[in-house]
Amino acid sequence: MIARILATAATEARIASRNRWVAIAVLLMLVFSLVLAAAGSAPSGALGADRLSVTVASLTSLSVYLVPLIALLMSFDAIAGEVERGTLPLLLTYPVARWEVLLGKLLAHLGVLTLAIVAGFGAAAIAALFTDAGAVAGLAALWRLTWSAVLLGATFLSAGYALSALARRPSAAAGLAIGLWLGFVVLYDLGLLAAIVADDGGVFTTRVFPVALLANPADAFRLFNLAASQATAAAAGVGAAAAAIPLWQSLLSILLWPVAALGLATLAFRKVTP
Amino acid sequence: MTSTLTISHLTKTFDGLAALSDVSLHVAAGERVALLGHNGAGKSTMMKIILGLIAADKGDVTVCGAAPGSAEARAQVAYLPENTAFHPALTGLEQITHYLRLRGESPGQAIGLLDRVGLGHAAKRRIGTYSKGMRQRVGLAQALIGHPKLLVLDEPTSGLDPVSRRDFYALLDGLAAEGAAILLSSHALTEVEARTDRLLILSKGKLVASGTMPDLRRDAALPVALHITPCNGYAPDLMAAFPGATLLRGDVHLTCAQGEKLGLLAQIAAQHSKVADVEIIPPSLEDIYSHFSRRDGQ
Repeated sequence: MIARILATAATEARIASRNRWVAIAVLLMLVFSLVLAAAGSAPSGALGADRLSVTVASLTSLSVYLVPLIALLMSFDAIAGEVERGTLPLLLTYPVARWEVLLGKLLAHLGVLTLAIVAGFGAAAIAALFTDAGAVAGLAALWRLTWSAVLLGATFLSAGYALSALARRPSAAAGLAIGLWLGFVVLYDLGLLAAIVADDGGVFTTRVFPVALLANPADAFRLFNLAASQATAAAAGVGAAAAAIPLWQSLLSILLWPVAALGLATLAFRKVTP
Repeated sequence: MTSTLTISHLTKTFDGLAALSDVSLHVAAGERVALLGHNGAGKSTMMKIILGLIAADKGDVTVCGAAPGSAEARAQVAYLPENTAFHPALTGLEQITHYLRLRGESPGQAIGLLDRVGLGHAAKRRIGTYSKGMRQRVGLAQALIGHPKLLVLDEPTSGLDPVSRRDFYALLDGLAAEGAAILLSSHALTEVEARTDRLLILSKGKLVASGTMPDLRRDAALPVALHITPCNGYAPDLMAAFPGATLLRGDVHLTCAQGEKLGLLAQIAAQHSKVADVEIIPPSLEDIYSHFSRRDGQ
């Protein structure tokens, strides 16, 4: 079982590297992280927080957008591509379970994503430490951001596999992936914001809103990092909400989502008839 | 007799259309069986059911004593799909290494397998640069992994040149001699009749013929043709002697049933002074194939 998962992971990692996905993901994370690190240098003095903590707050906002996007771009082709190339029937006659195939792909893609996250965050941290000796205080927040970003990536990679299995054609899978990204990362928050404005402090704001935030893996990720970080004040928007929701709840959400998404992907893959 | 593959009363329907109806067959260990039929006759559907890729509607299928598609069956069955495809970014060596690992075999065998199918020289090139015939050989190499008990080969020789085809059938002979059961599909009866032990003909989802080539020839009972070349000027005499004959480019053409062949020859021999030559033309393999595959209402 382990051998089959690792074999799949090794082959997928090789394909990812040949398709330039490793280079693209690392470059994207590096460029955006360094831009944020440079841009974030201005307000640090006024807030009284160290440079790294401020950078972490900016990186959290960046990761909410960029990590799901890279994850979906890497994963939408995973099943649909095999269907289109005609490689799936042969693979499924091998003594390998479908969940083993998915887990192998996930390991490889998550490895690439982790590499990109570590490269980007690492570069930003080095830049912060270089200009502010007190930035060491923000290392714990950076570590928390790193592993939670990896979990966020695992969630959206798995969601991408699920869409890929449902769509069965790469073009349709790509459309669904972009739709999912827009929905969870952009429109979801806009919708919540509109509801809060309309609700004006009523039941929705006090009861539904916190649950809605936890139900979205991207929002839970943001909540968790902002609530845990000293730099809550540096972040706009969900700062107040982050303070109202206990840390264990957002932690539970970011831990459960990858498992749930992989479960959904496995169910969707089982329905694919080659 | 140990049967590696047993199918009884298999039926499969797609959207109300019968792809396979009441098909029963078996393939024994060490036996090479060819599955023939037109496009859409149900060959690929049957193979996919044997492999567990799609489920049957009715009937029983047993593969190496297990249910099709079960982990136990998959561990013992090798498949070569029609138009076999691989990821273009991988090299032949990497692809075979991957398949070896999935079967729990030592990755070190990869280069040996590629050598066996004549791809050793291209092992480190990406499959994206391969020709169709080369991809087919990668497919064949993966089917050889781990001494499978049953090989299911969907049009294995399409895309192969005649020399490669001969090598391919030599490989199959070796596998069958080691006890593997082989089920392969083909369009061409001429190609498989000498290289397989038994032939099955599917037509519109029904098994219309099964047996060795002599069996099929006898069952088909197609007429034998006789061409008589008359001595100069005797064509009219011969035409008069054989009422059913036709005259074509100066030759007298006759047909008769298998059982009447010797009697007719004796009659021709009686006219020997007027006959320059006689040729007996048995029904061709393609005639026999057409006979069976058209029998059902076409």
